[in-house]
Amino acid sequence: MTAISDNEPRAAFRLSMLIYDTRYRSLTIQVVAMVLFMLGAGWLISNAAANLAALGKPLSFGFLSQPSGYDINQHLIAYNSQMSHARAALVGLLNTLLVSVMGCVSATIIGVFIGVLRLSKNWVVSRLAAFYIEGLRNVPVLLWIVLAMAIFIETLPAPRAFRGANPSATMYLDNMVAFTNRGFYIPKPVFHSGSWLVVLVFFLSLVGIVVFGRWARKRFEDTGQLLPTFWIKLGIFFIPAILFYFIMGHPITLDYPALKGFNFKGGFHLRNSLIALWLALSFYTATYIAEAVRAGIQAVSKGQTEAAYALGLRPTRTTQLIILPQALRIIIPVLISQYLNLTKNSSLAIAVGYMDITGTLGGITLNQTGREMESLMLLMAAYLVISLSVSSVMNWYNNSVKLKER
Amino acid sequence: MKKSVFLGALTVAGLAASWATAGTLDDVKAKGFLQCGVSTGLVGFAAPDANGNWAGFDVSVCRAVAAAVLGDPQAVKFTPTTGKTRFTALASGEVDMLARNTTWTFTRDVDLKFTFDGVNYYDGQGFMVPKSLGVSSAKELDGATVCIQTGTTTELNLADFFRSNNMKYEPVPIETNAEAQQQFLSGACDVYTTDRSGLAATRAAFEKPGDYVILPETISKEPLGPLTRQGDDQWSDIVRWTLNALISAEELGITSANIDEMAKAKTKNPEINRILGTAGDLGGMLGLDKKWAYRAIKAGGNYGELFEKYIGEKTAIGLARGLNAQWKKGGLIYSPPFR
Ligand SMILES: N[C@@H](CCC(=O)N[C@@H](CS)C(=O)NCC(=O)O)C(=O)O
Repeated sequence: MTAISDNEPRAAFRLSMLIYDTRYRSLTIQVVAMVLFMLGAGWLISNAAANLAALGKPLSFGFLSQPSGYDINQHLIAYNSQMSHARAALVGLLNTLLVSVMGCVSATIIGVFIGVLRLSKNWVVSRLAAFYIEGLRNVPVLLWIVLAMAIFIETLPAPRAFRGANPSATMYLDNMVAFTNRGFYIPKPVFHSGSWLVVLVFFLSLVGIVVFGRWARKRFEDTGQLLPTFWIKLGIFFIPAILFYFIMGHPITLDYPALKGFNFKGGFHLRNSLIALWLALSFYTATYIAEAVRAGIQAVSKGQTEAAYALGLRPTRTTQLIILPQALRIIIPVLISQYLNLTKNSSLAIAVGYMDITGTLGGITLNQTGREMESLMLLMAAYLVISLSVSSVMNWYNNSVKLKER
Repeated sequence: MKKSVFLGALTVAGLAASWATAGTLDDVKAKGFLQCGVSTGLVGFAAPDANGNWAGFDVSVCRAVAAAVLGDPQAVKFTPTTGKTRFTALASGEVDMLARNTTWTFTRDVDLKFTFDGVNYYDGQGFMVPKSLGVSSAKELDGATVCIQTGTTTELNLADFFRSNNMKYEPVPIETNAEAQQQFLSGACDVYTTDRSGLAATRAAFEKPGDYVILPETISKEPLGPLTRQGDDQWSDIVRWTLNALISAEELGITSANIDEMAKAKTKNPEINRILGTAGDLGGMLGLDKKWAYRAIKAGGNYGELFEKYIGEKTAIGLARGLNAQWKKGGLIYSPPFR
């Protein structure tokens, strides 16, 4: 084709060629689409700005530095009603991150567990896992969240039921934990002087575990000898810290919750809004992770297992060394999107009164200041930043485990 | 050059969009019904009955406005709003007016760009606790768990009250009155706090209202009234003077029983004549007809009748007139003169 057109005299450029000539057509379409998009975006922005100005509410972020005026029950950093709206937004952001991290960890654990059960050769077990997956993921997660909360509120006793000579409710585990319809109260560690050494030793043991793992691996590669690494690591995890705990004379004690006045005082208070949200999000997201795990494992061809057996590897080693590394490549991209989903779904928190960033910045602050546009822009930016960070970290991890072509 | 034409066009488009929302009266007439924002359900103030018809003290304000503007008190569509969604609903034009236990405050009036069209209930924030708790004063609530509706003045007052009394509390934020009821009745919170009228109305819906007490302290001023978007003065005037007509009607003795009699011919009282449209043309000044106020009052009765019917002492809610008595009877209910 090129040979022919080369011989022909070059036709002068005509405007209609922009549409009929395949050389230009796609470019034309792209330019037109781009212009239309910019016109649309420009119209939206200028319309919003004009309408806001007409309402007498031009865009302004000054409200962020004003005192918020409202209290937030769960705050991971110091907060009171005299602090700014920006601080309240930060408190909400930390609450979002808290429930998301807790959710991602537990969803992964449950998901992997269920995913493996789903592949079990035991018919009952694999059916049960399938039932769990299909049952949970086909109902909107909002309903699970509200259901979990309703169960907590309606079935657990109120703190006042623990009062009196003949209380109708009692604490568990030797008066260490209380389950109430306001949440769970559990003991809290109190760090006395000298406890820093125990904490330091604990962190050093963590480093030790990593170092040992590397050393053991290298030794294995050099000599082919296997060590019982799991038990040794477990030992490093517990023994030095416990040893120092006794050497320093019990510098860490537990603060037990106890009923005082209207509520339990002391210990950690895990609010039932947090627990309901966390449980619902993790059990729901776990179904998707389980399916990803199942798919990932099944995608590794059977020949790989057979080859490993032929080499004399035992089933556990086969799974560890041959199947999992290959399955991970399929599982991780799905995992990324499930982590993002879980984080974004955590904005349903408001249904149970968990004060995440949607509840503070996108809820009370928005409502009390009337700054809808500004609050929502900030809120969207916050979720965008969280999502992009999660996916870049996970992508980095994905790159480190993916097939390296040498 | 082309660019500036384009930008100009955009500006016009933007302005046109905002002008379109300016004439609420014309909008309502064109639609043929009034879109009124009410609460999601607070017996006595705004709640749907068994047949799905909304009724209540706040609902009656909407019906009176619909009667004045459209001639039909039933020509109202209700949008249930929570404490949080109500202002967005009004500002965005989703509703034409709000009548939803809403407190008139400086920020809402000035910064949120609304116009409050009077007060239909003078209220204040109170606390409700189970009797079994043995609490007799709000000052004894240190450490209590308190249920509050988010997006309300309630949560701000609460923070201030506990702070200034050096007390601590655990707030449990909730969206609607119904959720608050669930949490409060199951003991997930010790205290429910909101406007005293709201507490009385909520308690009236309990299975055993006698097991709960409203503590004596009133910790804030909550003048509740209907509101409209700022900048549409004609529409705001209509809502304001419809409410004033209901109030003046009580003061002047116009009731649903005698209104037809009074409207037949001129009475001896010139103000009654001006209100009922038998003299002068106040309605015309509002952009309505002469009989606007007649219809508004006829819709459900005067202010006092509405009060007695929905929230008064003979109802389950059992609120006394108190601050909400006519000014001649020592209350704050006072309408500027119709002239
Ligand atoms: N007056 C306060 C509180 C208004 C409020 O939310 N009141 C509650 C109880 S009185 C209510 O109307 N609830 C009905 C609902 O949940 O829709 C305000 O304007 O912020």
